[in-house]
Order: sequence, then structure tokens, then C-alpha cells
Amino acid sequence: MAIIEARGLARTFRSRKRTVEAVRGVDLTVGDGEIVGFLGPNGAGKTTTLRMLTTLLKPTAGTATVAGADLLRDPLEVRKKIGYVPQAIGETMGGTDPNCLVIEELLDQAGLYRLPRDEARLRAELLIRQLDLGGLEQRLVKTLSGGQRRRLEIALGLLHRPPLVFMDEPTTGLDPQSRSNLWEHIGRLRSDLGTTVFLTTHYLEEADVLCDRVFVIDHGVIVADGTPDELKRRISGDLVTLRVTGEESGAAAARELLDRQPIVREVTQADATLRLTVEHGEAALPALLRVLDAAGITLESINLSRPTLDDVFLTLTGRSLRDDSASAHAPAGDSATEPETATAGKE
Amino acid sequence: MSFIRDTLLVFRRQERLALRQPAWVIIGLMQPILYLALFGPLLTRLPAATLGTTGNAYRFFVPGLLIQLGLFGSTFVGFAIISDWRAGVIERFRVTPVSRLAIMAGRVLRDVVTLVVQAAVLVLVGVAFGLRAPVAAVFIGFGFIVLVAIGLASVSYATGLLVKSEDTFAPLINTLVVPLLLLSGIFLPMTLGPGWLQGIARISPFRYIIDAMREAYLGQYFNTIMVEGIAVAVGLALVFLWLGSRVFVRENA
Repeated sequence: MAIIEARGLARTFRSRKRTVEAVRGVDLTVGDGEIVGFLGPNGAGKTTTLRMLTTLLKPTAGTATVAGADLLRDPLEVRKKIGYVPQAIGETMGGTDPNCLVIEELLDQAGLYRLPRDEARLRAELLIRQLDLGGLEQRLVKTLSGGQRRRLEIALGLLHRPPLVFMDEPTTGLDPQSRSNLWEHIGRLRSDLGTTVFLTTHYLEEADVLCDRVFVIDHGVIVADGTPDELKRRISGDLVTLRVTGEESGAAAARELLDRQPIVREVTQADATLRLTVEHGEAALPALLRVLDAAGITLESINLSRPTLDDVFLTLTGRSLRDDSASAHAPAGDSATEPETATAGKE
Repeated sequence: MSFIRDTLLVFRRQERLALRQPAWVIIGLMQPILYLALFGPLLTRLPAATLGTTGNAYRFFVPGLLIQLGLFGSTFVGFAIISDWRAGVIERFRVTPVSRLAIMAGRVLRDVVTLVVQAAVLVLVGVAFGLRAPVAAVFIGFGFIVLVAIGLASVSYATGLLVKSEDTFAPLINTLVVPLLLLSGIFLPMTLGPGWLQGIARISPFRYIIDAMREAYLGQYFNTIMVEGIAVAVGLALVFLWLGSRVFVRENA
């Protein structure tokens, strides 16, 4: 069953003279219980789409059903069903008042959803446990660490047990440890409660680790949609780099041999190093080794690398998501994508 | 009704936050009390006829200070909503089923309660200085400043939410409030001024409200000045409340 179904969702902003088409017609289908990532460079229409789906912004065209309610005709019903965790970095922060106590924020949020007092207490206690906020109930929000405050904001989004939660950059600005800790919490949401999570992110690693499916948006339209693996495969296949022992002649022979293999799409040679593009790298590797071995060619090294989501992103949008996030956000947040960078650099 | 329930929820939250930092309530009250203590005694030396009162300068001065308190107290509340907006609190509330009008109404209610408490303190201090006025008049005066506060606070919140920047908001409000205040005849009667000044002063709605409050303090409850004052105060409250609520209930923010 689809919990989000959007057709031709569009939003045009009019300033004094110009008309800006921020979102030009987005079609989205998100199934019940999916964790979906929404990727896009700054200004691609990510936030505008999210704001439309959460009733903060009225679409100028298109229709959508969100959590069983019609977005345009019954926004109030949508608000009752969805949870929302605002972006915590940039112009506005994540939605908690620095001068409130943690427990006050939780109970006020319950009031906003009109939960009865007893139920509110129980929900608050449960979420405090689930999101590791124990012992912080009587602390002012402004005294919390970045990770604690973000967990509180996520708890607020979950307080009324929504079947669908929108999270705008849930881990941006957090240190890598808090980030992976949050990933665990978000993953558990789905496994324990079957909650559908729709999140936007700047971190490809986050999409890779956490999301079942990824939508890539650019210039206001969805340019790709699929599992992270599907997207990577669709773009470039896997890359095998091997070094042949001995002289260049050996490498030339190996090249000739490999070129004839149907599983190899492309071979390039630089001295004793060969680079092959193959479909399904893990399956191709043993076959390649067998062929080379039979021809008496020995290898110094062999390395299989997958294209990163960043490669996918670069191919689709002509922009690197990583550069984008590096310019917009704290450098500490970027270190988690470093391993991917290192692999990409070797190629 | 859920609107009332939501308004009370927002009110309690804002009241709790205000009590956590009571300094602002006290600072807001300091200014009129300083005027009362350091400027009021000057007025007592003026001939009673100048002030149009019967022998008690504070009957003239306290209503003016009450309006000053209401004007400053409620036009600057928009500052707070800018920081709330920046914290993402407004957006968070707007995604919940809470009445969007209650987000404003609960805050305005808090401001009205704060103002009435401040006003009561101001009147008591006035009595200590020598104010003698009918009890009914004091309550009528509170009624007027409550109406002023409802209108101004609503419009101030709406303005804060529209400009979203303290740097724009502060000069904007100052530019509007200071002339309005001066033209209202808070410190001295406008009738002392030359004709052109009296003419300009006619445009300040607070002028009519202060005149009506002063009538009440003199024990005059039924005359055209009073009718004009009530009409202006109610009209002002309704129009500003309507303007403010439009910003809060609109679909896009």
C-alpha cells in the first residue's frame, strides 16, 4: 500500500519580476514501511517538496495523498497522521525552544496532538527510553549536546505514533558517532513499529546505509528512483583494477584476453595496470581470475570497487553532492563520506 | 472547543517561559515607574487647569503611563516570535493539528495577562505617589489597555513573522511607536500645542483612548469623549486582530 502518492506536484514562487519554478512536477510513490531518502543539491527542490508534503506550503499544481488523506482538501487530517522533524541547520533550527525543559517539550507536543494526559506521560517516558534521553527530563534544551537535542526533536516527531515521519536532514551537523547512533534509532523505528520514514539528506553514506530506496531530485524534477544498489548499477557497473606481474607485454596479453570476455564491458590499460568495467563485480571476479590463471598470467593485485552514490549523483545531476554539502555545512559532518572519497580517488 | 483548548495550551507554554525569565516583565515596568517618580512630581507644580484635572495631576498622568506601558509592552512582543521562528518552533507547531490561530492567540493572551499585572503594579505605585481616582475608573482603564494590547500584540507578532529579522523589526516598530506616543499627549495635554500639532494629533488613535481614560479617572463615564474612546479602542483591536490572524492562518509560511 502506498503511504505517499504524489502526482505532478509543483510549486512556483513569484517574486517582484521573476517566476521561479522550484518544483516542476514531482511524482512519488512511497510504500508502507519503507525508509526513503530524498537526495538533491541545494536549490534542487528538495525542501520545497518536503514542505508541500507536510502541509507547510500549498502546491501550485498537482495532487497528493499523504497517510491516507488528501493533501489539498484535508491538510488537517494529514497533520494528524504525520510526524515532522524540521531541519536543524540553516535559517531555522530543529523546532525545540532553548528555554524549555526536555519533559515540557515532550508534554507540550502531546498537547498539540491532543493526547490525554496519562497517555502523554506514558508516551514521553517510552520515547525518553527509546531515544536515550533518560536523566535529561529536567534539563533545559539549550544545555543539551547536539546529538541529544536532535534525538529530542526526533522524539517530538514520533510522540503521537505517526505511521509516517518526515525528517529534514536528520543528522546534518552531528559528529559521525552521533550520526551512526541516530541511524540505528531510525532503522529501529521501522523494524519495531513499521513506521515509514521519508528523509532528505546530504550524506550519500546515510542514504546508502539507511534507505531502502532513493529519489534523486534536480531542477525540480525527479531524475532517478531506485534502491541505492540499483542506482549504482544503472550508472556505471563495477570497477575492477588489476596489476599484472612482470613486463608490459604481460599486461597487453591480459588486456587482449579480457577484452574477449562477454562479462567485461570495457578495458583500459596504463602500464601494468588494467581497469575493467563489469556488471555484477562480485560474480565476475572469480570468472576473471580463472581465465587469467588458465592463460598463465599472474597478478600482483586485484581490487573491486563499486561506484559510490556520489558517482551516480554526479552522472545524473552534473554536480557532486559532496561538494555541495561541504560548502553548506560544518566540515566535521563530512568526514563520514571520506572512505568513499578515498576509493573514488584511487580509480 | 478545540480553539480555546489550543489557545490555553500555547498560553501556558508562553507563561511558563516568561516566568522563567521574569527580568523582562520587570524591565518593562521600570520605565513607566521611573516616569512616575522622576517626571510626575513636575506635573504636580503645574496649575490644575493646564492639565484639565481637578487638583490631582496623577489623574492626568497615570492613564498616559498606562498607555505607554501598553504600547511599548505589546508592540515589541514580535521580537520573541522571530526567535521562536528561528528555533523552528513555529514551523513545528504548524505541522501539528493545533489551531494555527491559537499559536497567535495564546501568545496574545499571555501578553494581556502580563500587561494587566504590570498595570496593577503601576496604579498601586501611583496611589503611593498621590493618585486618587475612582476604583471603577481604574478598571475601565485596564479595559482600554487590554484592547490596545490585543490589537498591537497581534499585529506585532504578525509583523515579526513577516519580516523575520530583528534588525528590520526594531527600527520599524520604533519609527511607528515613538511618534504615535508623542502625538497621544501622554506627558502633557495636546491642547497646549499649536493648532497644527493638535491637527496632526487627531490621527493618533491612542489620543482618543487616553482622553477617554482621563475622563474616566475624573469620574466622567457617559459622554462623547468616552464613546469615541471605546469605539476607537474596539475598532483598533478588531482590525489589528484580524490583520494579525490572517498572517497566522494563511496556508503558506
